[in-house]
Amino acid sequence: MLTIANLTKIFNRGTPNEKTALTGVELSVGRGDFVTMIGGNGAGKSTLLNCVAGVYPIDAGEISIDGVSVNRWSEYRRARFLGRVFQDPMMGTAADMTIEENLALANRRGKRRTLRWGITSGERARYCKMLAALDLGLESRVTSKAGLLSGGQRQALTLVMAILQTPKLLLLDEHTAALDPKTAEKVLALTDEFIQTDNLTTMMVTHNMRHALTYGNRLLMMYEGRVIVDVKGEDKRRLKVDDLLGLFERASGQRLENDRMLLS
Amino acid sequence: MPFIQSAVSLAVPAIALGLLWSVMVIGIYITYRILDIADLTVEGSITLGAAACTAVIRAGGSPAVGTILAFICGLAAGLITGTLHTKLRIPALLSGILTMIALWSVNLHVMGTANISILRMKTLFTPLANLGLSKYASWIIMGGGLALIIITALYWFFGTELGSAIRATGNNPNMVRAQGVHTDTMIIVGLMLSNGLVSLSGALIGQSQSFADIQMGMGSIVIGLASLIVGEVLFGKRHFYVRLVSVVLGAVVYRIIIAVVMELGMNPNDLKLFTAITVAAALSTPHLTAALRGSHKLKPNS
Ligand SMILES: Nc1ncnc2c1ncn2[C@@H]1O[C@H](COP(=O)(O)OP(=O)(O)OP(=O)(O)O)[C@@H](O)[C@H]1O
Ligand SMILES: [Mg+2]
Repeated sequence: MLTIANLTKIFNRGTPNEKTALTGVELSVGRGDFVTMIGGNGAGKSTLLNCVAGVYPIDAGEISIDGVSVNRWSEYRRARFLGRVFQDPMMGTAADMTIEENLALANRRGKRRTLRWGITSGERARYCKMLAALDLGLESRVTSKAGLLSGGQRQALTLVMAILQTPKLLLLDEHTAALDPKTAEKVLALTDEFIQTDNLTTMMVTHNMRHALTYGNRLLMMYEGRVIVDVKGEDKRRLKVDDLLGLFERASGQRLENDRMLLS
Repeated sequence: MPFIQSAVSLAVPAIALGLLWSVMVIGIYITYRILDIADLTVEGSITLGAAACTAVIRAGGSPAVGTILAFICGLAAGLITGTLHTKLRIPALLSGILTMIALWSVNLHVMGTANISILRMKTLFTPLANLGLSKYASWIIMGGGLALIIITALYWFFGTELGSAIRATGNNPNMVRAQGVHTDTMIIVGLMLSNGLVSLSGALIGQSQSFADIQMGMGSIVIGLASLIVGEVLFGKRHFYVRLVSVVLGAVVYRIIIAVVMELGMNPNDLKLFTAITVAAALSTPHLTAALRGSHKLKPNS
């Protein structure tokens, strides 16, 4: 589904602030894989997802989605393949537009915007049903501005927007990090439900090791712009937090003491 | 009742002028409020509209053709600003200034001189005058009618898929790109539409006064912002159609305010200063009130 070969990303190239965020990343994600990604601050997780989404141009390498090389595609063109939810709940929705308008925009992802009416009555009914299934009380507020929602409600809405047109690849970048623990669990459970129902190929970044172990069928650990640990299937299922720490220390040659990763 | 009579003779020309200018204010609403861009192209494109239309009329063309051509010229001006901003990555404010400055020369070329007169030639208002309507009545019907048609068309347009995407672009471009929309195109379309309307307004103004002048666009962005703010203060930010109507009413009320302060004896030379100060005060009010509240928090005893 997603193939990344020798991906290198250097920020501020040729300036004193030059920073190599990704160094020769090799990765191949199969159809229906649910990959969780962990790694310390600045390891390059967000950069990797953003390079896939086309937010930044890359310095070397090759990214292809479903066999199509998207290297030269700009962000808006790649969006037809991708569903995305961001860490910042403000990022995913248009605050001054209503909930149903946001959904209608997302329902046309990858399609040409025509002079047809922006939202049909058939869509409205469908959105109400989907929102009711979230059990967050959003179905009665479809004509409220998205900006009036709480962080958790906005992330749930963004999640629905991301999967309304089934994406080839779902990219989640710490999408529960800004939420309180209870809301985070709820949004995460929803996420997993959507992924299982539609068998979505997913890459999910998290700082919570327990989440990374509980969810998904494959786990990646990043360190200094590289993927240093990659555990799949049965091995992943048997993995414990202690094993992760050991794997990290062996792969990076570093002792894990105060890393934020320990906070799970 | 001399008071009522003088009030009417003050208000009617102001209302008429306000309606002609309201088309420009609708254009500014699109950039300033929907796209969240302060577009200075306006100062050049309003003159461009007047210049193009009067040039057509002077050359013996029909006023309708001149007016439509003015609209198209405005679209082109918006296209240039939009391209400078999105494709060449020049900040929006500077892109507008560049087009505005360039249009100064273009407008001089279009007119041939610094001002041209079409006195006693046929304009869009002539058929109405032939029906026996007064000058101001014909402005009110033409300006008001066009404004009504335009806001109805815009109400429809901004409800379409394309229009919704433009509104969202002004709101959260990141989200719009993530939903597969090319935000550059949305910004360009918005700027084109806006400047098309501004030039259309210029064509109406030029025909109403029977001349076009290279200077006529000066300060128009500030007049537009003042009208927008007056409309929003008086009629609030409600349903989208109501907002569009309030933009038009704001343009009218602004002209009435100007007529009143002139009547009260303000020097016409001070008009732009007055408008600029009003806009500065209105734009800074939210910030100043927030700052004042903030400082109160620092002094719990006060
Ligand atoms: N836009 C940018 N400009 C310059 N440097 C950047 C930019 N984005 C990221 N970086 C740098 O690239 C490196 C990788 O950052 P990235 O955001 O991918 O880390 P991360 O793994 O997502 O970390 P976190 O867990 O803190 O989110 C960091 O050193 C960061 O400072
Ligand atoms: Mg990150």
